[in-house]
Amino acid sequence: MAGGGSFVPEHRELTVFVDTDFIELDGVEKVFDVRRKVGRLRRARRQVRAVDGISFRVPRGEMVGYIGPNGAGKSTTIKMLTGILTPSGGRLRVAGIDPARERTRLARRIGVVFGQRTTLWWDLPLRDSYRLVHRMYRIPDARFRENLERCVDLLDLGELLEVPVRQLSLGQRMRGDIAAALLHDPEVLYLDEPTIGLDVISKAKVRDFLRDLNAERGTTVLLTTHDLTDIEQLCKRVMVIDHGRLMYDGPLGGLHEVGESERTLVVDLDRELPPIAADGARVVRVEGPRQWLAFPAARSAAPLVARIAAQYPLVDLSVREPDIETVIAKMYAEKRGRA
Amino acid sequence: MGEGLRAYGLIAAMWVRSTMTYRFSFAMTLLSNFSATAFDFVVILLMFGQVEGLGGFSFAEVAFLYGTAGTAFGLADLALGQVGRLGKRVRDGTLDTLLVRPVPVLAQVAADRFALRRLGRVTQGLVVLVWSLFLIDVAWTPARVVLVPVMVLGGGLIFSAVMVAGAAFQFFAQDAAEVTNSFTYGGNTLLQYPPSIFAADMVRGVVYVVPLAFVNWVPALYVLGRDTPAGLPGWAAFASPAVAVVCCAAAGLAWRVGVRSYRSTGS
Ligand SMILES: Nc1ncnc2c1ncn2[C@@H]1O[C@H](COP(=O)(O)OP(=O)(O)O)[C@@H](O)[C@H]1O
Ligand SMILES: [Mg+2]
Repeated sequence: MAGGGSFVPEHRELTVFVDTDFIELDGVEKVFDVRRKVGRLRRARRQVRAVDGISFRVPRGEMVGYIGPNGAGKSTTIKMLTGILTPSGGRLRVAGIDPARERTRLARRIGVVFGQRTTLWWDLPLRDSYRLVHRMYRIPDARFRENLERCVDLLDLGELLEVPVRQLSLGQRMRGDIAAALLHDPEVLYLDEPTIGLDVISKAKVRDFLRDLNAERGTTVLLTTHDLTDIEQLCKRVMVIDHGRLMYDGPLGGLHEVGESERTLVVDLDRELPPIAADGARVVRVEGPRQWLAFPAARSAAPLVARIAAQYPLVDLSVREPDIETVIAKMYAEKRGRA
Repeated sequence: MGEGLRAYGLIAAMWVRSTMTYRFSFAMTLLSNFSATAFDFVVILLMFGQVEGLGGFSFAEVAFLYGTAGTAFGLADLALGQVGRLGKRVRDGTLDTLLVRPVPVLAQVAADRFALRRLGRVTQGLVVLVWSLFLIDVAWTPARVVLVPVMVLGGGLIFSAVMVAGAAFQFFAQDAAEVTNSFTYGGNTLLQYPPSIFAADMVRGVVYVVPLAFVNWVPALYVLGRDTPAGLPGWAAFASPAVAVVCCAAAGLAWRVGVRSYRSTGS
């Protein structure tokens, strides 16, 4: 084909292979047999359907939020995606690989960060952990140095490299863990509750870092959380899971519409005043000079803030996201209402 | 396998380097490891202060049994001493983090906190073994000479297999560390004494069920010019390497089954 100017875009579309099924789940299930003591000697067996028939696709390069309340099945899904657990049913592929079957081969291509436990060597300084990762994953020297430098710089690890992991704070350790998971240039990064228990500054650093990683390197990111702010700042697409089932899969804005959820604007005035009157928001609580206003989560807060600032003696304000439990509760109510 | 050994080497080397930064403290733990294990032998020395022989075995012969079992066990303990703590990792779910790395889990578990101080036990066993070689009254033939190192290395492998199988069992029973220890540490103590002082059923069990007898009893009795235990044929004295291979294969299989059954923990 002679590449005339107008043909170039079309030509490109044909040759760039878009990997739309990078992560594939079809009716994936995980059932745990739980034995529990009842009385002195008797034990009752019970089946927990931690993941109950989940199907979705994640294209290469996407950043997806996987949210749900505690016990929803988020961690179990991640463990199946990494090959730690074998699904009880359904089909699962990551980059064409069956994780449970070829766990070790897949491990070179993925990075994993667990919020609750570290993948670093507890008693070794951070630098030694990285050195081990370097050799274990056979990362080319130049590549390793480059990646480490970048992580140390962006995640602010410079001061921490000689500190044994057990002496790090939760936020420091989490940053150290994220770096360790990325030194071998994984194609996909799974993060299970990466911001749980972190202070505000660490949270912001982690979020910025992940956003850059996805934008600049095209790393596919799947992140579980029960903090909607994480999702709001990072992911265009969100999946909501509850009781092992996928409740919603789509853009975050759509979630707010489905759930009709509301955000809260907390306003501090310089003195006690009667409830603020503003279009599209209602005052839900007043406590001295502080007032709480609820407004639809799908709408931007900026016009509302501007209006209040113009009419009231404003001292300070903050926006609170709806918590995931409320969103899901409303989602259920909605479904039942329609049925 | 090659990948596993390489990973083992990497992790073990890292731990050695990190303990060597405190040389004095390392020397102290090595010494205490040496003397703690030597205490076992002191018991035997004291015993022979009272009696002439033990189950028809002289002091030199018992020292030979002690040295071969102790060295074989010491080698296995040095290489795999950490696998006995697997139950804890299974119980608290920290095995998860090892499963996402591109190297075999067994190598990671075995090399974790690799401790050179465990050389103390090996050294102590070797000292007694070498000493006993000067004391025992044996008509050395080439076969007998070769059998001594073969028995120590094969025995090390058999002990290793028992340790791995015991660890694999902890996938199913996380509190079974004591059971595993009774086979390894207990087995070591058992093999330090002549089979003639134990009940026949016990000896048969150690020959046919958990074949620890092939660590040293069976080959050592041949070296000492005595009858093979539990009615085994004479050639059984040379069977230790074959038994070791079979044991390692069985342990490897058990380990695989264990890893596959791993179910992590809920948060
Ligand atoms: N290893 C396990 N054994 C038994 N039950 C488990 C195990 N892992 C998870 N569960 C159960 O499965 C459900 C989902 O757990 P999990 O995936 O950890 O939820 P989440 O990460 O969303 O909080 C919970 O009810 C949990 O108790
Ligand atoms: Mg979880």
